[in-house]
Amino acid sequence: MEESAHVDRTLDCKGLSCPMPIIQTKKAIEAMLVGEVLEVLATDPGSVADMKSWATRTQHEFLGTVTEGAVYRHFIRKGQKESAT
Amino acid sequence: MTSDAMTVRKMSAADVFAAIASREPLFILDVRNEDAYADWRIEGPSIASQNTPYFEFLEGIDPVAGQLPPKNDAVLVVCAKEGSSQFVADLLMEAGWARVAVLAGGMRSWSEHLHPVHVSELPSGGAVYQFLRPGKGCLSYMVVCGDEAVVVDAARTFQVYLDFAEAQGWYIRNVIDTHLHADHVSGGRMLAQACGASYWLSPQDASDVHFGFEPLVDGQVLAVGDVPSLIQVVHSPGHTIGSASLIVDHACLLSGDTLFVHSIGRPDLAGQAQSLGAELRRSLYTTYKSLGSELLVLPAHFAEMSEINERGFVGARLGDLYRNNAGLNVPEESQFLKMVTENLPQQPHAYQDIRLTNMGQLMPEPDQLSEMEIGPNRCAVHG
Repeated sequence: MEESAHVDRTLDCKGLSCPMPIIQTKKAIEAMLVGEVLEVLATDPGSVADMKSWATRTQHEFLGTVTEGAVYRHFIRKGQKESAT
Repeated sequence: MTSDAMTVRKMSAADVFAAIASREPLFILDVRNEDAYADWRIEGPSIASQNTPYFEFLEGIDPVAGQLPPKNDAVLVVCAKEGSSQFVADLLMEAGWARVAVLAGGMRSWSEHLHPVHVSELPSGGAVYQFLRPGKGCLSYMVVCGDEAVVVDAARTFQVYLDFAEAQGWYIRNVIDTHLHADHVSGGRMLAQACGASYWLSPQDASDVHFGFEPLVDGQVLAVGDVPSLIQVVHSPGHTIGSASLIVDHACLLSGDTLFVHSIGRPDLAGQAQSLGAELRRSLYTTYKSLGSELLVLPAHFAEMSEINERGFVGARLGDLYRNNAGLNVPEESQFLKMVTENLPQQPHAYQDIRLTNMGQLMPEPDQLSEMEIGPNRCAVHG
């Protein structure tokens, strides 16, 4: 993930544990436009694998995770189809 | 547990292990992501499990209803720490599944659960207890004589040993690690500190440790209760350079990660596979052979629930292992070295950080310790 990527919205999920980061991410991305980038801040280590797995399954583009101390910054680009399961 | 029909029941790790031990059928809906499930899950002869990640349920039950078991079937929902399984279990209950439970504490509590089993009385009096850690396949021990106890290869959750000893009126005087562990965080040093016991470790495994310890060396004897040499130390390098095995009252052989029931130790986790492979060969094919075939081998790991015998513990006579364990039946040394250094299974999760923690060089927070220990032990070579 390049630091230069444009971020359209940032969602703060710090302190939340599973399943809340994914539930809130899904809600947030539903309100965005195709192609926009969502940044999710999370502290749950489980969010790293889950965010990637969820985004891939839902046709969104998982751009990567940047770890800064105890905070994970996940970047997801909204895909064409909304949260298909 | 509750009789309220609309409340999701909680099942503890102990309940799950009891079901496995008694071969009671259990259907598990594991809602972690696919990688986590592929890497490590609850298994057993009577367990059926299915992986549907919790984020498949974000649109409700309907999209996945076709993959789920019938509504009358009992379902245990499992996730990493309980939160997501509760979310899925609530959805199942609302949709009409009547017999839904969640694993209390999730896979983290499954990883940490310890189950004590009485293995054997000793000829000199006293007894050996094995503590099964089914989630990780780790085995630790309490050797007791009189009112004194020795704990061997303690798990990180050391309070279990303190409580067990206290309930019986025993004092833990000595705590031993058979080697510097790479698959789990040792509770040995903390346990020793908590009860004022001596902590023993091989000096050869402890060259980089940041704490004091009593040196565990070949030929040494330890008194337990009023029996002066109840425990004898046998140096058995291979899995690590300092690996020790403990002969207890000429009856049991605590073999650490040198020899398991269905497999043998792997020599590569300390970064010296070639030289340690040759040491492992000598320990298994020469040193152990001279110890007596009637010894009951009690290892530090098991890989499958099927290794638990009808008496509820993992162990076998040394003579039987020389007949049945493939790793003890490789005639050529070159073939043996190839087997223990090539095509080895994946290394244990976070094993480098676990080694550094066990050396006292890293001091992770409790949450990090749990994360580091996730997954199976992977300390064996299956011949």
